[in-house]
Amino acid sequence: MTDALTLDGVSAARGDDVIWSQGSFTVSTGGIVGVIGPNGSGKTTLLEMILGLLPVATGRLTVLGAAPHRGNPRIGYVPQNYTAGIGEAIRCRDIVTLGRTGTRWGFGGRSGADRSAVDAALTAVSALDVAGRRVSQLSGGQQQRIAIAQALVGDPDLLLLDEPLANLDVRNQHEIVELLRDLHAARAVTILVVVHDLNPLLSILDGAIYLLDGHAHYGAIGDVVDSELLTHLYETPIKVVRTAQGDLFTRS
Amino acid sequence: MIHVLADVGYQSNWTEVLRAGFMRNAFIGGTLVAIASGLIGYFIVIRRDAFAAHALAHIGFPGATFAVLVGIPVTAGLALFCVSGALAIGALGKRVSNREVSTGTILAFATGLGVLFASLASENTSTVTSVLFGNLLAISQSQIRTFTAFTVGLAFVLAVIARPLLFASVDPQVAEAKGVAVRPLGIAFMVLLALAVTMAVQVVGTLLLFALVVTPAATALAITARPVAVVALGTGIGLAAVWAGLVIAVMFNLPPSFCVVTLAFLAWITTLAVTRRWRPARSGSGAHDRGHASHDRHHPESAELSI
Repeated sequence: MTDALTLDGVSAARGDDVIWSQGSFTVSTGGIVGVIGPNGSGKTTLLEMILGLLPVATGRLTVLGAAPHRGNPRIGYVPQNYTAGIGEAIRCRDIVTLGRTGTRWGFGGRSGADRSAVDAALTAVSALDVAGRRVSQLSGGQQQRIAIAQALVGDPDLLLLDEPLANLDVRNQHEIVELLRDLHAARAVTILVVVHDLNPLLSILDGAIYLLDGHAHYGAIGDVVDSELLTHLYETPIKVVRTAQGDLFTRS
Repeated sequence: MIHVLADVGYQSNWTEVLRAGFMRNAFIGGTLVAIASGLIGYFIVIRRDAFAAHALAHIGFPGATFAVLVGIPVTAGLALFCVSGALAIGALGKRVSNREVSTGTILAFATGLGVLFASLASENTSTVTSVLFGNLLAISQSQIRTFTAFTVGLAFVLAVIARPLLFASVDPQVAEAKGVAVRPLGIAFMVLLALAVTMAVQVVGTLLLFALVVTPAATALAITARPVAVVALGTGIGLAAVWAGLVIAVMFNLPPSFCVVTLAFLAWITTLAVTRRWRPARSGSGAHDRGHASHDRHHPESAELSI
């Protein structure tokens, strides 16, 4: 089976500024993988390289067995603060439909297959009942569901989520995590989640890409949840606590 | 003043006036502009580019007076300045609307140029008045031919690019990642907008253009969010405002621009009052969370653990 991501001496740069370098690791398909690191360490930059929006500065990056290229239909993508800019002008159903038809020329003319794919994606995120509402009329958690439905509608092999839990309250964070768990169980999809707080996702992550001291690494989640590593990563003292629900980490 | 007021009022011969040749031109010209505005207006509102429409109208003013000065058709001068302005705004992207002071300064300079060209042309202040406030009753046959070509071209291009343009408008980040040519589409949109503005300036004028190009689509969008329905309804509102505005203008000897814009305004304000969409963002919180309350108690601990 092809790996989801293969990095071979990859470095990321914007202009002349090298953001991180020496990324050499493989992420196999089928897992849920966190992307962690302090602010400005290059988490979104990694996503942009996978999407083909930003060229790889050096080294070789392979995405699902091929070189990254813009418009890759095998990738679903939810940017950070995705729904904030969308507002009242469009219905949930339309925004999800655009995820499937938005690259075609012309207008109107949704096929039956388009319609059922949109319904299936909305059903997968439990948002079919709000499909007719405007995006702005939904709560933050519901908006995130719509965004995920749009990314799912193309039936991707790789799902990239940039801070899907940002600006959500604890209950909605939990619901989105449950949703990711369910989606992962139901589909053969590799999920890459950029997070600044690992805790809510710990129970579902198989591994994590961590950006430490200007270098990219990958580790199984058991190795990443380590007091010393996390303390180094976030430059603040962090203690890992074992609880009945699983591991949690906290500032010590 | 009293003399002026005496002219305004019910005109018993209004049905005869409506049958005059210049009225026919006014109806045809106004209809074409309402259709073009309805098509482009949806995208203006959904892209939050209303400011660009406003800016292009101002950039068109020196274009029109320049045309009079050098003796070319007003439409040509307007189109030249509006399309150039559109390309500049399109190349700069969203940064234009974020730079209020510099853009405002450039628009003031453009208006100043317009005044200069008008004074150099010396002959008429009526040109300035008709560019600023529109002159629907003076639409000529050649203008109608140009308007027809513009409207057909605009409708055709929009029909082809509608879906990717909608995607790029509401969702530029994902559209870009999906391979949609977001920036070229944005520039194409600006050029189409420039054509619509070129026409609309001649109907309702630089200063009143907003109400015909943007307001009907915004009104329609407050009523429905279905894309095709918004375009249809916005076009309908624009057509109704132009047709009824012309009839009322003739009936009571009022300026047509005033009547058209007032009707569009009334439709807008009535719709806002009825739909209560004054500031609609995030209106429906709470109601959508029903059924999820049971999760509240499950994870109180993680609230304090975020780093």
